[in-house]
Amino acid sequence: MTNWLRRLWAIIESTVSPRYFYQLSGRWLPWFAWPAVILIAVGLVWGLAIAPADYQQGNSYRIIFIHVPSASLAMGGYLLLAICGAITLIWRVKTAEMVAKAAAPVGALFCLMALVTGSLWGKPTWGTYWVWDARLTSMLILLFLYFGVMALQSAFEDVAQGSKAAALLAVVGVVNLPIIKYSVEWWNTLHQGSTFRITERPSMPPEMYLPLLVMFLGLYALFATLILLRSRQEILQRERRSQWVRQLIEDERE
Amino acid sequence: MIWRIAVQVFQRDLRLASRQSGEWLNPLIFFLMVITLVPLAISPEPARLREMAGGIIWIAALLAVLLAMDGLFRSDFEDGTLEQLLLTPAPLPLLVLAKVLAHWLQTGVALTLLAPLAGVLLNLPSSVLVTLVLSLLLGTLTLSLISAIGAALTVGLRRGGVLVPLITLPMHIPVLIFATGSIQAALSGLPVVGYLALLGAFLLLALCLAPFAAAAALRLAVSGS
Repeated sequence: MTNWLRRLWAIIESTVSPRYFYQLSGRWLPWFAWPAVILIAVGLVWGLAIAPADYQQGNSYRIIFIHVPSASLAMGGYLLLAICGAITLIWRVKTAEMVAKAAAPVGALFCLMALVTGSLWGKPTWGTYWVWDARLTSMLILLFLYFGVMALQSAFEDVAQGSKAAALLAVVGVVNLPIIKYSVEWWNTLHQGSTFRITERPSMPPEMYLPLLVMFLGLYALFATLILLRSRQEILQRERRSQWVRQLIEDERE
Repeated sequence: MIWRIAVQVFQRDLRLASRQSGEWLNPLIFFLMVITLVPLAISPEPARLREMAGGIIWIAALLAVLLAMDGLFRSDFEDGTLEQLLLTPAPLPLLVLAKVLAHWLQTGVALTLLAPLAGVLLNLPSSVLVTLVLSLLLGTLTLSLISAIGAALTVGLRRGGVLVPLITLPMHIPVLIFATGSIQAALSGLPVVGYLALLGAFLLLALCLAPFAAAAALRLAVSGS
């Protein structure tokens, strides 16, 4: 029984080794990159030019085609960091460290994008670039959490140790995230009645909903593409002394 | 046996602190200095100060705790005491808890005792001072526990200084919100029990989880893997 389990574990371990992940991700890459290009191109033209203008907000609402997927990816990205962190700490899988290192700046980028597009939309709609609304504030705090993880990843001379410390921080952060979110929401309702409700949007007609869906899929594919590209680079950099990377470089030269 | 080790760690830390008065005195002086800056920078007008006093005192206390936290595990890490603690039969989270409690007595409790003075300086009415003290008593231990995770994560770095605040500040936000909320509520004569209960809930959660996270971080720092 234990023998059988051990053999199963050996198979799993070999599939998650950096070397195997490098080969596998090379095969996956076009399956994410091309859909990303096509879906984003289609979604942008459809959303920005073809979809009808909003009867209240006019054309400024069109920023949701970028804003909403970015915000969703910013939160999903932190969850990914935490999952990679848990895998790093529990099963000591090296590949998870490298994926987390690759994912943190990408998630932070999408978080920043959500904040910037949101504030650009806020100017014509609310008359101000920034309000201390609960959602905006918790998004800003999420960005700070990303910065913390990134700072810890790069603070150590020993890359592996930095990744493990950052993995632990990401797991602690994800436990804190709901507490922070609800605290901020309650803080906001204590301070002032919520003036703007983003959550209760009138239900969307399909002409607006479908391009949003396309953009969602496109940006998710872009997110996956960026993470795969950066992970592959990280793997090559950290495994540069191993035999298979040298072999790869020599093959490349010929 | 296990408890005796924890008590010994606790007593040792207190004894060390009592022989190096700078260690625990400096954050307190820092706290008072930050409080002094506010009337100078914003306005010495009593009504305005009273309005902001809760927030100012809490921000100053948070900064003082974070400043003091950097040294929590550092000297033990450098002279090898931490390795010895890892080798004792007592579970590491318990020892971490003992160290944090000893540290809290020097920072959090000391700040709490100093807070009424800061409150008077910022023109807080004496009826609010009780709430201020209670919120600090409940809140600063949570701050210490959370920033202990940060201190443990950065213990192996030669210059961890700014990193501890950077990585733990977002996690202190809930405590800050409800602590200052309790003071605002007390100022306007509203009941404060709900706020204090929430601060107590945060404290219990931090007491249960933070020592384990900090212990895991210390193991990472010592073993390097």
